[in-house]
Amino acid sequence: MTETSTVSHLARGAAEATPEPVARRVRGLSDRAIAWVFIAPTIILLLAINIFPLIWTIQLSFTNYRANRPNAAVTNVGVEHYSNILSDPDVWHSMQVTAHFVLWTIVIQTVLGFALAYLIDRKFRGHGFWTTVILIPMMLSPAVVGNFWKFLYQPQIGLFNYIVGFFTGMDPSSFQMIGDVRLAPWSIIIVDTWMWTPYVMLICLAGLRSIPDYIYEAAEVDRASAWRQFWSITLPMAMPFIMLAVLFRGIENFKMFDLVNLLTSGGPGSTTEVASITLKREAFEKWRTGYSSAFAIILFVTVFGLANIYVKALNRVKSR
Amino acid sequence: MPGISTAHSVVEPSALSKRIACGVVILYALIAMIPLVWILLTGFKTPPDSISYPPKLVFAPSLEGYCNLFTTRSRQTPEYIANLPPANGMCDEIARNRNMVIAGPSKFAPRFLNSLIIAFSSTLLAVGLGTLAAYGFSRFKVPLADDLLFFILSTRMMPPIAVAIPIYLMYRELGLSDTRLGMILLYTAVNVSLAVWLLKGFIDEIPREYEEAAMIDGYTRLQAFRKVVLPQAATGIAATAIFCLIFAWNEYAFAVLLTSGEAQTTPPFIPFIIGEGGQDWPAVAAATTLFVIPIFVFTILLRKHLLRGITFGAVRK
Repeated sequence: MTETSTVSHLARGAAEATPEPVARRVRGLSDRAIAWVFIAPTIILLLAINIFPLIWTIQLSFTNYRANRPNAAVTNVGVEHYSNILSDPDVWHSMQVTAHFVLWTIVIQTVLGFALAYLIDRKFRGHGFWTTVILIPMMLSPAVVGNFWKFLYQPQIGLFNYIVGFFTGMDPSSFQMIGDVRLAPWSIIIVDTWMWTPYVMLICLAGLRSIPDYIYEAAEVDRASAWRQFWSITLPMAMPFIMLAVLFRGIENFKMFDLVNLLTSGGPGSTTEVASITLKREAFEKWRTGYSSAFAIILFVTVFGLANIYVKALNRVKSR
Repeated sequence: MPGISTAHSVVEPSALSKRIACGVVILYALIAMIPLVWILLTGFKTPPDSISYPPKLVFAPSLEGYCNLFTTRSRQTPEYIANLPPANGMCDEIARNRNMVIAGPSKFAPRFLNSLIIAFSSTLLAVGLGTLAAYGFSRFKVPLADDLLFFILSTRMMPPIAVAIPIYLMYRELGLSDTRLGMILLYTAVNVSLAVWLLKGFIDEIPREYEEAAMIDGYTRLQAFRKVVLPQAATGIAATAIFCLIFAWNEYAFAVLLTSGEAQTTPPFIPFIIGEGGQDWPAVAAATTLFVIPIFVFTILLRKHLLRGITFGAVRK
């Protein structure tokens, strides 16, 4: 309430100062008012829809509140949820599953994405067109396309099994990507790689394009081999961009939800139960709101830490 | 100096290396397109064709998937169908060939409409608010600007599930659960961070001198913003809008947790398109095709801005 009245007060201030444009510009006070009138709505919206809920989550995380029993008595349980979560083998399992995903998707996507970017940087004819084609999967909805991948993965009728069978001679109905305990994590890693390799590629490409030609010319004068040039110029110069891609994929995959929920919903058993899926189960199926709030806070702190590194990396790339 | 003359050949790769690069990249692109081509093809198959083994590449095209997507059908005896008046349109005829009659429209059209309304409204709001805030950050000395910008960015980094719990509770209190307005506000809040970061970059690139010249000519600050800055930033605003639109269009986590009926968007709906005896894959493929076509178009329109959009404007091509 007070915030809105401050804003309208500032707006009035800006309106009163309007008649004399040049004087206004010199005085500067009204500029500050404009700045606040322009910025305030965004900040207020984010406070209402992000920060307020976050604070509420913190508060809930210390209680045994259950959202499906809004009228039940709520007691304060202190840090019990936090200590339970940190000693809960299921939570550690889901953290392990998440780490497994994050690690593999990052390794595969970075190698593949950088290699593609390196090749596209050869600037062959039509490279612009093919780059755009490669970028398409990244722009699609993981949920909608992931749902269709479930069809591609069907052991009897799916195209994926058929193609794998065609090239390896295996019986297409002899393996199940989604139903098999060993393969299920890979069924998600494959789709994630299909969707997000273009992302890594695009950022790596920007990194490669940012290396000035004269450095290669100088290396050539020094008779550095192509191999040497790659290791001493290309890779180190593109590294901040590669790190940026890695960090961003790390953050995104740490909170991965849509693909997993659609493809395996955490199964079979709990082999693909990443942190977001566990959280969704606790919050919206078991309705342990307090407990899941504490879990949400732990996840949030992790992502916030990563985001902090991300912004530092952004600024470093920017200042180059 | 013989060494220097070869320098250019390093910057300009050799013909052979170009040809190898070209081959590998095209191969990757073609493999990556297979799932998408398969979605498109499956949409035009009949249900039996879609689940035949081996997978059919050549088939008689049919619109059954699209018909099934937009209708609900009920099974009838052949005698009942034989006694009906002539089929009312193509979809009716297709249904009758499978001993079914069309019972009514499906929920796909309303869900698609929800997607359209929610995505466009939230984009409009996010870009509107974002443009103002970006201008504020770009042109004025805002105290704690860096902290505020980090705060804005960090809201986008939050795992949706982590904020979904209190938003669910808050929306329940405010009567916003499962309403379009609730989803519009939510997506606006998520998108506004991207909009601010992207647009700040675009507006930073417009020379301040333009506005100063306009203000010396008698424009007020606001007039200069409207008549000088906005037209100059138009391309950037359009690109930002498309990025916001794509996010809101594709979003799934909030949609599946916070909507169930009235305000449900397409992504949580598509997996629940069920035919007789399991999922109706041609209908699912048809829905997926209709859903991704706009994104195809936007991706092509956006290709120059893609890099900016996915790095919050920090990296430029």
